[in-house]
Formats: sequence, C-alpha cells, structure tokens
Amino acid sequence: MKRINFFTSIIATILLVSVTNAQSNEERGLQIAKAAEKADEGFGSSIVELQMTLKNKNGQTSERFLTTRTLELTADGDKSMIVFESPKDVKGTATLTFTHKVGADDQWLYLPSIKRVKRISSNNKSGPFVGSEFAYEDLSSQEVEKYAYKFLKEEGDFLLVEQDPVDPKSGYTRRIVTYNKNKGYRLEKVEFYDRKNALLKTLSYSDYKRYKNKFWRAGTFTMVNHQSNKETVLKFGEYNFGAELAEEDFTEVALKRAGS
Amino acid sequence: MTYLFKWQSVAIVVFFMGIVTASAQQSKKNIPNQEFELELETEYRYFFENPQFSGQLDHYPSIAFRPDYSIEWNKGYESINFTGFFRIDRDDERTHWDIRELYYQKAKGNWELSVGLKKVYWGVAESNHLVDIINQTDAVETFDGEEKLGQPMAQFSYITSKIGTFDFFYLPFHRKRTFTGEKGRLRFGTVINQDDIGYESDAEELRQDFALRWKHYFGIFDVGLSHFYGTGREPLFQFDELGNINSFYPVINQTGIDVQITHDAFLWKFESIYRNADAQDFVALVAGLEYTFSNIDGNGLDIGLLGEYLYDERDELSLNALQNDFFFGSRLAFNDIQDTSILIGGITDLESSSKIFSLEASRRFGSNWRAEIETRIFSSIADDELILGNFREDSFLRFTISRFF
Repeated sequence: MKRINFFTSIIATILLVSVTNAQSNEERGLQIAKAAEKADEGFGSSIVELQMTLKNKNGQTSERFLTTRTLELTADGDKSMIVFESPKDVKGTATLTFTHKVGADDQWLYLPSIKRVKRISSNNKSGPFVGSEFAYEDLSSQEVEKYAYKFLKEEGDFLLVEQDPVDPKSGYTRRIVTYNKNKGYRLEKVEFYDRKNALLKTLSYSDYKRYKNKFWRAGTFTMVNHQSNKETVLKFGEYNFGAELAEEDFTEVALKRAGS
Repeated sequence: MTYLFKWQSVAIVVFFMGIVTASAQQSKKNIPNQEFELELETEYRYFFENPQFSGQLDHYPSIAFRPDYSIEWNKGYESINFTGFFRIDRDDERTHWDIRELYYQKAKGNWELSVGLKKVYWGVAESNHLVDIINQTDAVETFDGEEKLGQPMAQFSYITSKIGTFDFFYLPFHRKRTFTGEKGRLRFGTVINQDDIGYESDAEELRQDFALRWKHYFGIFDVGLSHFYGTGREPLFQFDELGNINSFYPVINQTGIDVQITHDAFLWKFESIYRNADAQDFVALVAGLEYTFSNIDGNGLDIGLLGEYLYDERDELSLNALQNDFFFGSRLAFNDIQDTSILIGGITDLESSSKIFSLEASRRFGSNWRAEIETRIFSSIADDELILGNFREDSFLRFTISRFF
C-alpha cells in the first residue's frame, strides 16, 4: 500500500509539474502580451504619415502615401482613421475603424469622387490591404483579447510568444511574436503561419524611436512574403502625439472632412 | 444666361469670403497646407446602333479637366476646398463647365460648418439613389446619374455620441438639371432645353429651401432619416393632347429613410422615399443585399454579388424608368497594385421585356494613369416604354484614359 501511495504521489507530482508548466507557458504568454499593452498605455492619440512601398518578385516597386490617426481607448478597442494621399486617382479615399476587443470591428469607407460613406464588412481579415503584403488583420489594432498565447522561449532580451488568433476568419493558424523585454516589450519580429501551418510571411520592425520617454515606435516595417517573394515596406514619419484627438475626430463627419 | 451669372456671383462672393478668412487665420495659426491636383481625362464614346432621332451622331470623342485645390489650416479644422469641371464634346450641351465644390469649412469639437458650393451624398443602395437629393444631377455626364452639380448651401453638422449626427441644410439657390442637346444620344425625341423648364415657385431658382438629416449607427445597423422641403431636383413632364410637353420643377416635401445592416459578409440595404407635391404624391423604394466572397484565391480576389428590387409608385412618367424592376450584379475587386475592378450588372423590368445590361471596369497604370471601360446595352426595350423607348438605339461603349497631375 505504501509503495502504491509512493508511486501515486510521484505520478501525481509529475502530472502536477507538467500541468503547472503548461499553464505557466500559456499564462506567461498572456502576461507578456499584457505587459506589452501596459507599456504602451497612455499615449492618448497619435498622427503619423507613412510611405508604403510594394515590391514584386522582379523588384519593380509601387508607392503610396497614407496618414493614420489613432485614438487610444481602454474600455473597448482603439479607433483609427487611414487616409490615402497617393496614388492620385484614389487620393482622399479613407477608412474609419472602431476596433472591438470581442466581436467584429466596425468599419466605414469614404469614396471621395461621389462623396459617399459606405459601411463595409470587416469580415475580410485575410485579404491584402491595397495590394500589399499586409493583410487587413495585420494593420488592425492589436487587442490582447484577439489571441490565445503560449510562451515559447527566452533568448537574451527577446521573448518569443506564439499567438493563435481567436477569430476563425483569420488567415493564420499562428503567429510567432518576438518581444524585447528591455525596451518596453516592443515588437522586433512577427512570423506568420498560414492555414496549412506553413511559414507565410515575416514582419521585421526597425529604426525604433522612443517618444515621450515611454512609447517605442518603429520607423520601418518590412513584410516579406516567403511564398510569393513579394515585399512591402512601411516607412513612418515623425509621430505626432500632441494633437490631442478626441472621439469627434473619429466620426463619419470627420472621415468625410479628412478625405476632402 | 442671367441664371448662370447669378450663381457665378454667389460662388465668387463665397470664394472671396473664404480668402479673407484664410489670410486672417494664417497669421496666427500654423502654416497652411495647400494642395493642387489636376485630372485630365480623354474619353471616347461609341454608339453602335443607328440613331433614332435626326441630328444624333455615333462617335463622340471628348476631353475633360478636373482641377482640385485645397488649403487647410488650424490643424486641418479649417479649410477651403475647390473642385472645378470642364468638358468639351461634340454635343454642345455636353460641352459645359461647373464648379463642383468651392466651400469654406470649419470644424470645432462636436460641430462642423460648411458654406459654399458642395456635394453631399446620402444613401446605401447601388442601383438607384432615392434619398440622395441635395445635389442636382449632371445628367449629360453619365447614364447612371452619379455625377452631380455643385449646390450652394450652408451645412451645419452637430455630432452627438449617444443619439447620432444631425445635419441642417440651407439651400438658397436651385440648379437645373442638364440635358443632352440635339447632337447628343440618350435624349428624348424632342430636345429639352434646360432653360425651357420652369418653376412652380414664383421665386424660381431663388426659392429658399431647407433639408434635415439624422444619421446614427447601433451595432450592425446604420440608419438615416431625412426630410427635404423645397424645389425638387427632378422636373415634372406633363403631356397635352397635341403631344406638347409642359415641364417644370415642382415644390416638394420629401421624407427619406435609409438603412443598412452589416452582418458578416452580408450588407442588407433599404432606401425609401415619400414625395409630396401639388402635382404628384408617391412612394418609391429600393431593397436588396450585397454579399462578398473575400480573398477567394488567396491573392486578394473579392467577388461580390448584388441584388436589389426597385419600386416606384409613379407610372412610366418616373424619369429613371425604374417602376418595378430587379437589379442584379457582380463586383470583382482584385485588390492588386493597380486596383483593378470590374462591375457587371443588369436591370430587368418585371412587367415587360425591357432590360439594361452594364459593365464598368477600371485599372491604374503606373502611378498617375487610370483607364476605364463602360458599356450599357439596351435590350428588348418594350414598345410602350415612354422614357426608355427613346434610348432603345443608344447602347454604347465608353473608354476613358485619365492622367493625374
């Protein structure tokens, strides 16, 4: 009886340890994501201009210029507005997005030629954003609630976390995200695995700059598609955190004004 | 010509008001941001059937200019915006110019004010734009009626987070619809001269009109309610026994509702109006849906399917000839670097054989060029179609190339 008890307790201990480990990997993953969110809390609002360069597999490039406005919200997801400055035939085309922590985002599109605002479906997450290697879901506000987490490993300052999208409409089975724990948990790299679990894309962040002594913003995003060999580079200008944008700057009225 | 002169002077006054305000602000606020663009469009329209009426042609080469200027200051919360338009065509009436927009705008907190000539769009449907009433249609420009003339207005928008946005419009001047001239296609047997259409109101084009709109969204619902009181945008045609046309712009009250439900990949759409005037009283509606299969090839191809039912209580006198019809269509968006898109569709009359098929496609070349193809086919137009009967030989192919500067 004593032997059995002894073995039972060993097995129980092994089980307990492995369960605790499994939990701690998931918990630690979530903790890191939350720490990253916390580190970026309090930026209020920002305006930034960016240049998007699309490169095909033969190296031919095409460029577009956009302005992005973001309003930080804590009770629900952020609000954002993207306005196209070029190509000139789509100048003034703009989108307004209300991100939600749970459920589908709300999104409106402004078409400047006929001055029309159209509510659009946010169902199309996996589709490319204006012909680029960025999918819509890559550019939407990264709310903690949108993924399930698993801590993978620690390499010096870098923490690698696997993120599984909660939404079945996502184009990915998982993403492997590299955080830099000594630099406010900023992102260094994201690897995207497609629905067949094959490596699809790698997004690298560089030219980081720290604003207001707290907020890290990358000056360059480089997205490489390993399957098509196409590439998209985003070059950001100086972030403006001082515009003090409010809810009124993220309405249909403001969307039309921004696109006019 | 006097009418033209009047609204030109309104425009000029507004423009100079704007300039004065601009320079006053410039000194104390940050540097204003100016932008100038020009679109130069060459167009070729080819009508492949012999004309039904004398004087009409088959080939219409044309050229159009669209200059656009804006100046912004006060962090973009104040601006003056200008969009001009000028076209030269073989049809003298289609050779025309317009100030599409020239307005001063100021936004502050939860309100926005615009004064000048402006374009405003209301509604959710694709095949017919019923509730959209602020701007007059520039009917010589396109068959679908989506090109509009600049409307003089003062617009005040009041935004609330809980109960939506309220728009108030003061519309001090009415603009007449453009009509194709003798040499043009897509006209009636009798050439309508826009100046021959009179007004019900003694104040004529200077009748002071008003409109109000409320727009809000609740989760997946987007709802708009609107009311317009003033001289209508659609002229009324009355025929006497001799076949003479008496035509005028009636004073109308029009109430409109537009609703869109956005659920997953479905967009459910509904628009309806009730228009009341001394000479007419009717209801019209359009209801339908749009469903999009997105990114179906993994390369970004979206295929949208559209279906809309159209009803108009007026008989065949309704100018748009959509009394009891069904619209079906498909929108292909390739989401490629060139923004290639194709829209194919058709409208079929549920009571007769009449059908109109259409195809519109566009693609960018390089970063400053854009090409478009449009075709409309009038098929089996019934003999008793009072309006469409005039267009039975007017199926056309239109090709444009635009250069943006």
